Amino acid sequence: MSILIPNSLARRSFLSKSGLILSGTGVALLSGHDALAKSKSDSANDVDILNVALGLEHEGINAYTLGAKSGLLQKPVLDIAVRFQTDHKEHRDALAATIRKLGGKPVEEKSLAEYAKALKADTLKSQADVLELAVRLELGATNAYLGVIPSLKDVQLAKVAARLAADETLHWTILNNALGKPLPAGGMPFGA
Amino acid sequence: MRRIWRGSATAALALLAAVPFGTSAGDSQRGKQLYESRCIACHSIDENRVGPAHKGVFGRRAGQAEGYDYSPAVKASRLVWNQKNLNRWLANPGKVIPGTKMGYSVSEAKDRADLIEYLKTESRG
Repeated sequence: MSILIPNSLARRSFLSKSGLILSGTGVALLSGHDALAKSKSDSANDVDILNVALGLEHEGINAYTLGAKSGLLQKPVLDIAVRFQTDHKEHRDALAATIRKLGGKPVEEKSLAEYAKALKADTLKSQADVLELAVRLELGATNAYLGVIPSLKDVQLAKVAARLAADETLHWTILNNALGKPLPAGGMPFGA
Repeated sequence: MRRIWRGSATAALALLAAVPFGTSAGDSQRGKQLYESRCIACHSIDENRVGPAHKGVFGRRAGQAEGYDYSPAVKASRLVWNQKNLNRWLANPGKVIPGTKMGYSVSEAKDRADLIEYLKTESRG
């Protein structure tokens, strides 16, 4: 499990109490003591936003599960999908840990059947259909993370949102390429 | 000449009267594109996802998408999603309903107008 902690003292303190070790690629997401020192309403605001983000990650993980279970994905696309799902699981764990540290309750994952209905998985008939769905979700997630940055009260959490947006952008770029689609025209195509 | 001017002025006034004060007519097609790039992470028209379904949202009271688990703040709100309220909401959700789960905002007025026009279109069907 990776945790996001902006303040080195807070990080050392938290890690020493929890025994948690950051993975090599893991990032410190938790805004520990600094955030807790802020007003309760500011923390509650950030927890609500992080919980929406966690909901996105739950859905993303399940979307990749639906894609993998569909039998429509072939190697190497299947391997890429599994790798991206692993990234989303890391995001999920970091977000959930951060929400708990801020005193919130992480939103729970729904059933795979509920995600299948919401995402209209029954309409997926080919690898391209699965990729189109994944591209849509990754683009939406990129823009969602960029879009909540101004609403986060803790600047370190805003940085985290930007890093998560970068991950989603990476996913989008690879998947878009796999579909043979061109790059967007012009600079700054995301978040506007 | 004066008659022509009067005719043009009357037409212009009629056009102004058709657009609610403080808003501009949006472009539904562009609104759809914006919806599919910015809102699609959490919302869809037909299904509740991370956010509530949007079918029929225009003109509806806040917190009424069937089966969606709203925040207590939105549930308690008496707001109706008309042009003015949607515009305020999209500009700053937390200011309109403090305690909402939605932290995403749309800063450009033109983008908000286009999104609202698209939601209006989807609410008709």
